[in-house]
Amino acid sequence: MGQEDKISKAKERWEKETVERTTSRYPERKTQFETISGLPIDRLYTPANTKGIDYLRDLGFPGEFPFTRGVQPTGYRGRFWTMRQYSGFATAKESNERFHFLLDQGQTGLSVAFDLPTQIGYDSDHPLAQGEVGRVGVAIDSLADMEVLFSGIPLDKVSTSMTINAPAAVLLAMYVAVAEKQGVSMEKLRGTIQNDILKEYVARGTYIFPPRPSMRLITDVFSFCSAHMPLWNTISISGYHIREAGSTAVQEVAFTLADGIAYVEAALAVGLDVDQFASRLSFFFGSHSDFLEEISKFRAARRLWARIMRERFRAKKDSSCRLRFHTQTAGCTLTAQQPDNNVVRVTLQALQAVLGGTQSLHTNSRDEALSLPTQESVQIALRTQQIIAYESGVGDTVDPLAGSYYIETLTNEIETRAAEYITKINEMGGAPAAIESGFIQREIHNAAYEFQKQVDDGTRTVVGVNRFAVDEEQHFDYLKVRPEVEKEQVARLTKMKAERDDALVTSALAEVRAAAEGTDNLMPPLLKAVKAYATLGEICDVLRDVFGEYKAADM
Amino acid sequence: MSSSKKIRVLVAKPGLDGHDRGAKVVARALRDAGMEVIYTGLRQTPEMIVRAALDEGAHVIGLSILSGAHNALFPRVMELLKKEGADDILVVGGGIIPEDDIPTLKKAGIAEVFGPGTPLEEIVEYIRKNAKV
Amino acid sequence: MSVDELVNGVLGRKRRFLARLISLIENEDAVAVDALSRLYKHTGKAHVVGVTGPPGSGKSSLVTKITAEFRKRDKTIGIIAVDPSSPFTGGALLGDRIRMQEHSLDDEVYVRSMGTRGHLGGLARATSDAVRAIDAYGKDIIFVETVGAGQSEVEVVDVAHTIIVTDVPGSGDDIQAIKAGIMEIADIFVVNKSDLPGAEKKVTEINAMLDIDTRERTWRPPVMLTNSRTGDGIPELADMIVRHRDHLVESGEMEERGFQRSRDELEDIMRFKLTQELCQKLQGRPEYENAIKRIAGRKEDPYTVAERLIAEFLFKESR
Repeated sequence: MGQEDKISKAKERWEKETVERTTSRYPERKTQFETISGLPIDRLYTPANTKGIDYLRDLGFPGEFPFTRGVQPTGYRGRFWTMRQYSGFATAKESNERFHFLLDQGQTGLSVAFDLPTQIGYDSDHPLAQGEVGRVGVAIDSLADMEVLFSGIPLDKVSTSMTINAPAAVLLAMYVAVAEKQGVSMEKLRGTIQNDILKEYVARGTYIFPPRPSMRLITDVFSFCSAHMPLWNTISISGYHIREAGSTAVQEVAFTLADGIAYVEAALAVGLDVDQFASRLSFFFGSHSDFLEEISKFRAARRLWARIMRERFRAKKDSSCRLRFHTQTAGCTLTAQQPDNNVVRVTLQALQAVLGGTQSLHTNSRDEALSLPTQESVQIALRTQQIIAYESGVGDTVDPLAGSYYIETLTNEIETRAAEYITKINEMGGAPAAIESGFIQREIHNAAYEFQKQVDDGTRTVVGVNRFAVDEEQHFDYLKVRPEVEKEQVARLTKMKAERDDALVTSALAEVRAAAEGTDNLMPPLLKAVKAYATLGEICDVLRDVFGEYKAADM
Repeated sequence: MSSSKKIRVLVAKPGLDGHDRGAKVVARALRDAGMEVIYTGLRQTPEMIVRAALDEGAHVIGLSILSGAHNALFPRVMELLKKEGADDILVVGGGIIPEDDIPTLKKAGIAEVFGPGTPLEEIVEYIRKNAKV
Repeated sequence: MSVDELVNGVLGRKRRFLARLISLIENEDAVAVDALSRLYKHTGKAHVVGVTGPPGSGKSSLVTKITAEFRKRDKTIGIIAVDPSSPFTGGALLGDRIRMQEHSLDDEVYVRSMGTRGHLGGLARATSDAVRAIDAYGKDIIFVETVGAGQSEVEVVDVAHTIIVTDVPGSGDDIQAIKAGIMEIADIFVVNKSDLPGAEKKVTEINAMLDIDTRERTWRPPVMLTNSRTGDGIPELADMIVRHRDHLVESGEMEERGFQRSRDELEDIMRFKLTQELCQKLQGRPEYENAIKRIAGRKEDPYTVAERLIAEFLFKESR
């Protein structure tokens, strides 16, 4: 009898005798234990559970296929993850101040939040922008605002992640233009644009154009960057929002990777070679409440993606199979009640991401459920990362939880179940088809509903909300966006439009239109247009005219 | 209430905010509680919301918003409802709406605001009790 | 709201009165019957088009696109979209309106969502009265989108002049949308999502089924291809809808159906009222309860009891 079989038998004996003696007097808290995603949790895991694992095939070494243990050989011993707090609000000037504050406080990369009109390609004076200007992020109407946003920030030294999707190409063009003015050429620029339209249709809602032309914009960015911006991450294939919308961890991995597959296919369809662009694909996950499930999730995602890239897309380079990711702690788990508790939640979630090997991390502030973060709150969030990095020692060895019987079992389980979903989605015709039929949206919604029912009936505890609640009198100071922001922004926009060369703008927009109607890469004409100070709205209106607008319809 | 009378609720997402997890979960809970629910989808202007509410004979309007634009959009909805003489429609809000803003919203006519962490049953009961059918 | 206000409001094309009337109809409010009674002579003008088909065949987007087409032709439109109510909770998620956003601020388009509220047949019980209200209001065309195609969901026949049955190209084993009952009621078949593989095949299949249908017809339903996403085939479908109406009028079928419909409706209402009347009279009466006990105990049979109760309670004056 092998070692593992001996252990299995011994475990049975242990359960019948030792455990039974205890549980007959002290029953366990529940009859069934499950992860947040519904995966069953056994009382104890042993080598018997991980019997089938072949270390070299399934775990391997960090920095080598299948990357289960991490994408960097030296992990955090080389460099800590990038501490990158998502920020932006009101005007470019105020956001620029917050950027400087964060950089001074030790943040190592920038992450830009744009307001909704900007994300949806509307200028601040558009009727639909009313009430929305500067509220969830910074308002950017043109290159002029972008210049203020990055004023005093050396773009050759700081990497910037921009959470922008439908008009990502335009914002990228603006970023390049700002860098150019600083004397920094584009091939030196480091950063990311989220540029992940598929999840917009499903979980985030800031789409503009229909799927086909949106994919075209994305692959144009892939092509352009593979030729001119080798250090730039062209996309951040996101699971965070899918998770925030209510999905389980398994679904988060499955739907994200399915989206990734769709992007790879789109790029291949326009003639790119997989090894040309795949190493610049990046990912974005959430870090939710179930500590051990989340750590396993990150590892499962890495291994699954690596296998997909190698087996399905025949990527030759190892770097094409590497899943690099940014993590944000799960906003949806944070409560409006007893906000200080959120600091604790975020700490755990940040630790999960680090133990899971994230490349960069945003920690939410405690006032997440109330408003945008105050300076004080965001400082605590940043310190959380710094304490984990500098005081806890978890970064001093790579993938420290590997080999844990439970973690490896869970990693396998998540990978298997996610792969099943992906197969199903493949059979439907891929992520775009699954989105069109509403499959992904339904799965997410059902999971969200289940979760809410569990909270409402008390099966799932949310501390401070359905248990350990207090009568709260405490008044919390939170960030308020000045109501004058909108007026000021519109005034600035009007002034800029009056001072620019209209003829230049018109001809530049005509070139954008021509490229959009044809098949030429849109990046060069977009660069020209932003440099002429065409506004984001003007550019997007041209694209709206040519591409049409997406009309959502699902429930 | 006789079996033929159902509470009709319009669940709407005003403004550009694209986060619909909450709106959809509430819509479903209301359906499970026996109400007829019309979900408008995203990017609704106050005009579209009021038009839909009136045409559909809604007894209740639920406005869900997380982007902070509620101070501009909610009162506009109330204004338009008043203009149409539809004051008897119960209007409630949800999402990320700071406590400090609630008194002003209530003064504009929003009956109640359900913040994060509100149990679904609470919303259902409130509507059952206060909707004028 | 008084009956006068309602009637004048509807005839005066004031939206909120139409909406209010339909709400009253749904609530089985007596005022609604009065209003409908007075509005009746103003009905009979609208062309009522039923749209039925399996879930997923794009009925709502089709209706949206045809509406846009007819709006280009200056027609005013009413749309009733029916969704199933839960048999357990009684609630319903009325999810068709969300697909009709493009008309949300068009003053000449009125959209109303209805739950079946336990009623079987593909429509809500209140649908035909709601159609009548919209007709009186003055809409040129009224689309009635039903729940879906099942064998029993053919009630739309009673309400619509022209019935469109939708389908989508399928992988063969799944969408057996065209079940016997639905096949027979179609005036126009529409294969939507024509860009999907198998579209032509589906058209051929339907035509084949029509070929073996030996009933006598004056109108052979055309099988049309549409793509409600791109708009392909929509103008042709609109033309066909108009053509069918013309055919109904020219062939005399419109009038004939009108007679039949009026007969059916009158008898329905009378039947309902008679039963209502009888039940009201019998309610709580000891004779009634005793009769039931005797029937259950096999001391009397239900046939005899029925005759006696009707003779005694229906045709006598109530005391």
